[in-house]
Amino acid sequence: MDGGFERGLGAGGIVRIGSGAGFAGDRRDAAVPVVEMLAGLDGPRFLIFETLAERTLALCQLARRRDPDAGYSPALEAFLAPVLARCLESGIRIVGNFGAANPQAGARRIAAMARALGRAPKIAVVEGADLAGRLDPAGFAAREVGGRLLAGHPVPVSADAYLGARPIADALDAGADIVVTGRVADPALALGPLMHAFGWRDEDWDLIAAGTLAGHLLECGSQVSGGYFADPGIKDVPGLDEVGFPVAEIAADGTFVIGKPPGTGGRIDRFTVTEQILYEIHDPAAYLTPDVVLDVTGVQVAEVGVDRVRVSGARGRPRPQTLKATVCVEAGLLAEAEISYAGPGAAARARLAADVVLARLTKRAPDLAVRVDAIGIASLFNDTAGATLAAAFPESRAADVRLRFSAQSADTAALGLLLDEVEALYCAGPAGGAGVRRHLTPRLASASCLVERDLVSPAMSLLGPEVAP
Amino acid sequence: MNPQAIRDPAPAPARAEVGVPLRLVAHARAGDKGNRLNLALVCRTPEAFPLIAAQVTAERVAALFAARKPSRVVRYDLPNLFAFNFVLDDVLDGGVNASLGLDGHGKSLSFLLLALEVRVPADLAQALAPPAAATAAPATPRP
Repeated sequence: MDGGFERGLGAGGIVRIGSGAGFAGDRRDAAVPVVEMLAGLDGPRFLIFETLAERTLALCQLARRRDPDAGYSPALEAFLAPVLARCLESGIRIVGNFGAANPQAGARRIAAMARALGRAPKIAVVEGADLAGRLDPAGFAAREVGGRLLAGHPVPVSADAYLGARPIADALDAGADIVVTGRVADPALALGPLMHAFGWRDEDWDLIAAGTLAGHLLECGSQVSGGYFADPGIKDVPGLDEVGFPVAEIAADGTFVIGKPPGTGGRIDRFTVTEQILYEIHDPAAYLTPDVVLDVTGVQVAEVGVDRVRVSGARGRPRPQTLKATVCVEAGLLAEAEISYAGPGAAARARLAADVVLARLTKRAPDLAVRVDAIGIASLFNDTAGATLAAAFPESRAADVRLRFSAQSADTAALGLLLDEVEALYCAGPAGGAGVRRHLTPRLASASCLVERDLVSPAMSLLGPEVAP
Repeated sequence: MNPQAIRDPAPAPARAEVGVPLRLVAHARAGDKGNRLNLALVCRTPEAFPLIAAQVTAERVAALFAARKPSRVVRYDLPNLFAFNFVLDDVLDGGVNASLGLDGHGKSLSFLLLALEVRVPADLAQALAPPAAATAAPATPRP
């Protein structure tokens, strides 16, 4: 029991929301200390999981086509297994978008996990994001923004709108212990519980904005509490190996304090919180979500204790007329091949190897656009045209260089040739080449569309009794 | 690029100044949406805000990212948070699901921004310098 956690906003009327995961690859045991902390406290408590990157949903859609019982997040069981029993016995309600392309199947899987624990929680499913069948390829193309990926009218692998928080709040109003969603706006995972717990109305714009900001700060897990922050000597973070995931305590007026479980690593101060407030935000006066237009320009952050920051001042304007949707289409294959050079003259030998491969491909696969990076000289900061690397090569004295070739195409023969040419450097290339690795990966490209709200039908339903024990 | 380079002295400053990497006075986080990159830049001390506002302009950031051919660069100022938000359009080779590069998200590009040189008062640079010499070049005071 952490008495200190009660300071700040006071004990009354506080809702607590902890983060269990900020992405599908997050630490599987991160939620354990969060749940232990919440279990020792009273009042409404929620645990949220964000597990859907842009293309995760397309991969799940492909899995569902192969198996009607698949298509929920492959991370669902790994995230829930360590905490499900404790949450159910302690009254901590769970909200996660791990339903992905098949929330019904995800909910059935959770019901089975609970049954094995001798429990029968009320599980709700939020659906209606899937736009398949609602628009034809030309309809998606006409609604694309920020690119022309859909101009040739490809048939989408997946097309999902970002739903808002209302169906999540409805599910909790209906008594759900666990809410399984597909695509929803990430902050809605926290906003839904707040609308439910405080009775906020959809048009309480400043409150909806405050809840959205709380969700925005929670949905990336430890990115607000010391994760993705450490820069030794400049920004040190204690205990990064056991970084604590955030817990927000939110008051009825929308102000909230971000904290973390006692005994965990990480840090929460105005620096970590400010970095995350602006994460993936464009115009700070107009962050568009399905629920509200959030304005963070008046937000105040105040350190109110050790690893405790109070956030206030979010403002909201009426929600946008349209919803954002992510449309994924097949995009051929990505070929990647690497080889290393080390010791004296490594950069010059790597440069020669790049010239050799490009010269051979120019003659044998002239239409293939190949990107070359030299890890150790210019790779992350390189550009696809290679101007950055070309300028850095001549003066480089790097003594350990990994050369990387990449190309994307539907022409598998040309991609195979690239991989073969890199491997052939072993004998026919410059001296001392070593460590060839080659990969060929199917590629899904994604486009953003703005769609009318009446194209989606957000709906909540409780999992049917046929799966109850 | 040599981020630790010391600029030539400018005429008659009121306070001794030094050139330092932006990393000494601010920190940054990159975010992506499609082909658009945002770089949140947060001051390590309020005193850095006007210095950065004057020196780290949208034009200068556009020049820093010129090899990626940004179609538009906008800087938003957040004085109450002692922070800035830079939004760079069309710099991610189509975004994470289209780029051929290792970093399709552009996550590492926060540190490209932090390598930019800024001129700051020598005493501020000294106050913010890391304790160990290993992590950043010590600021050299102007003569």
